[in-house]
Amino acid sequence: MKRTVFRGRLLPYLLVLPQVAVTIVFFFWPAAKSLWLSLYKSSPFGGRDVYVGLENFRALLTTPEYYDSVVNSFVFAGGVTGLSVLGGLVVAGLANQKIRGLAVYRTALLWPYGIAPAIAGIIFLFIFHPAYGILPYVVSFVTAYEFNWLLKGWVAMTLVVVATAWTHLGYNIAFFLAGLQGVPDSLLEAASVDGAGGVRRFTAIVLPLLSPVTFYLVVVNMVSAFFGSFGVIHAVTHGGPGGATEIMVYKLWKDGFIGLNLGSSAAQSVILMAIVIGLTMLQFRVAEKKVTY
Amino acid sequence: MSGARATTTEAIAAARPAAAARPAAVERRRRPFPWGRLVVHALLIVAVAVIAFPLYFAFVISTQEVDEVVQKPPRLLPSIHLVENYVEAWRRSGMGRLLLNSTIVAVAVAVGKILISMLSAFAIVYFRFRGAGLVFWMIFVTLMLPIPVRILPTYEVIGSLGWLDTYAGLTIPLMASATATFLFRQFYLTVPNELAEAAQLDGCGPLRFLWAFLLPLSWANIAALFVVLFIYGWNEYFWPLLITNTESMRTVVIGLESLIPRSGTELPTWNLIMAGAMMALLPPVAVILFMQRWFVKGLIESEK
Repeated sequence: MKRTVFRGRLLPYLLVLPQVAVTIVFFFWPAAKSLWLSLYKSSPFGGRDVYVGLENFRALLTTPEYYDSVVNSFVFAGGVTGLSVLGGLVVAGLANQKIRGLAVYRTALLWPYGIAPAIAGIIFLFIFHPAYGILPYVVSFVTAYEFNWLLKGWVAMTLVVVATAWTHLGYNIAFFLAGLQGVPDSLLEAASVDGAGGVRRFTAIVLPLLSPVTFYLVVVNMVSAFFGSFGVIHAVTHGGPGGATEIMVYKLWKDGFIGLNLGSSAAQSVILMAIVIGLTMLQFRVAEKKVTY
Repeated sequence: MSGARATTTEAIAAARPAAAARPAAVERRRRPFPWGRLVVHALLIVAVAVIAFPLYFAFVISTQEVDEVVQKPPRLLPSIHLVENYVEAWRRSGMGRLLLNSTIVAVAVAVGKILISMLSAFAIVYFRFRGAGLVFWMIFVTLMLPIPVRILPTYEVIGSLGWLDTYAGLTIPLMASATATFLFRQFYLTVPNELAEAAQLDGCGPLRFLWAFLLPLSWANIAALFVVLFIYGWNEYFWPLLITNTESMRTVVIGLESLIPRSGTELPTWNLIMAGAMMALLPPVAVILFMQRWFVKGLIESEK
């Protein structure tokens, strides 16, 4: 730890003031208020709040729709994570070879990170468009199945998962590339002398060495898909069809700001808080391990 | 991890002690002709094509007329209506204002986060004061409080501050940053202590030290953070949707939705929607392409 060298009574407090002020006013106070609200039934039109204990949670946990949104969230986050981490791994594995033009390839692979999931969603909305989209058109050659996201829940889910995974890819590729640069050449050469081919070298040596990065990326992608994906749902499917893409974050917004059911919305916030605390703890466990190697 | 890697290395080194010393021989024996490299090039080109396809497709649609957009089979080549589509999309969505708002928000969020994180990290590393541990803990906990878990009360706070539909409301609540603070703290800890001591001996106060010594040393970190935070601010959706009600305060990511036809009676002007999408995504993608070195650094280091 560094020896502190500057003296000053007031100055350190002034230096941390902006950060602490924002933290208290926009993070701690509202989070505490969420906890408080979740125990009350409040009227949006200025009536008095009534203490109801855990009633909001009980009501929530006995509605099938809430469980649907939980399942949807996990399907969505799992799909995005699986697709983008696996895709990122394969692409980074290819881009880590000693070949010409590597810098060009890398540039060509990273940029989707800059695209907002909502914008990606709008692009994929047209690719999946039931009447004019290129994907339903291609599918119609293979099967007579009605590949229409407005009618089939799983098609809508595929649409938002693919769009979101597309924007996550660049991030995962960047991390896997950084991880791959840490794999010692001597090891790969040794395996190569033993007659291991490229694929075998990758699965037997590179993959185990990448496992901490992979685990870390799984957690980060889960968190991001869970909490950062309101935009793609709101811009593209509005949770439809028939609630098939209604994830927890979207339901919370809908119940609070459209349905004006503040108590239930706050209770949903509290449940999400528990999930994010769990995932963040997990992430820091992994980060600690990552630092030690 | 260190354990696992060391053991694998040792095991292989023990089994084939001379292997690592003969890379040239390996090269000759394993690669008579670089078929492998050709395959890798081919696969990489396929990967780039797959990743780029949605963007290419959006661009193609943005250059076509409505008649071309809806034809079967879909035309995958650009047409000649680029300029008129972009002008029309610009006019219909009020794109000038949207892009201006997004730029203001993204720059303010990035600069604000960097500034307040630099100051608090400086205080934590270079001062010993009561409550330093508490401050550090508070900053850390913000990681566990994303917007959805405090959404209603934060909205109330913004309302009672009178910040709805203002740039202050759009930016200041997003400025707390645990990751940026940790990054600066980490960086300050690597700066040799002698530098601060020498500066102090020469009568240099803390603020002057921050300005004249630490800031110039931090430019690489600042640039890296700026790219990542700019993209974060530009692409934020939930927050601007909540606290803006007027068209004139919308950012481009949420403003674009107004172009999408929701009822069956509207014309499917997908060419205009794609033109709008292209204009909305171009600035952050351009920032990544032009500042790629900083982008990768920022991405990887701010997540440690």
